[in-house]
Amino acid sequence: MTPQQDVADWITKTVNDNDVVLFMKGNKQMPQCGFSAQVAHILALLGVDYKDINVLEDMSIREGVKAYSNWPTIPQLYVKGTFVGGCDIVREMAEAGELGQLFDEKGVAYDKSKKIA
Amino acid sequence: MAMDAGEIERLIKAKFPDAKIEIRDLAGDGDHYAAHVVSSAFKGKTRVQQHQMVYEALGGRMGGALHALALTTAEA
Repeated sequence: MTPQQDVADWITKTVNDNDVVLFMKGNKQMPQCGFSAQVAHILALLGVDYKDINVLEDMSIREGVKAYSNWPTIPQLYVKGTFVGGCDIVREMAEAGELGQLFDEKGVAYDKSKKIA
Repeated sequence: MAMDAGEIERLIKAKFPDAKIEIRDLAGDGDHYAAHVVSSAFKGKTRVQQHQMVYEALGGRMGGALHALALTTAEA
């Protein structure tokens, strides 16, 4: 197997083993990019438990996740194994109430009393 | 590295001739833009697919020469 395949397999396993995964720069306690911080903030507001992957710690994951989703930037949010979007899409969905709907549909627990907009 | 707003618009227009494109230079530094793209080409596509189409039009510059492009898309 090629290293690229190993990385893709690792990403597949990670996004399938965890309901909500955020590939980000920095971690949820200390994001190191404004766009990653915005998504982490939205997830925190919604009270969602999620796994954070700091792409700055591993260049192969940083590049691998972009190839995996055919998406050129970080952050990247995955819910139940499916790529949801980057910062712009997550923010748009949160403001429209669609992110909560997605969590409802996918059976992901979050704090339903929280509203963003 | 920075990119000119006119260049961004030209690249998007080349791929989506019918598109209505609004570009704002958010920080006045030629490096942080917001773009709103409305095109009939987005019909039936998910948001992710719509954004991927625009990124494709930008030919790999997104995430490279173009660090920050806040993107919103809509069907015409």
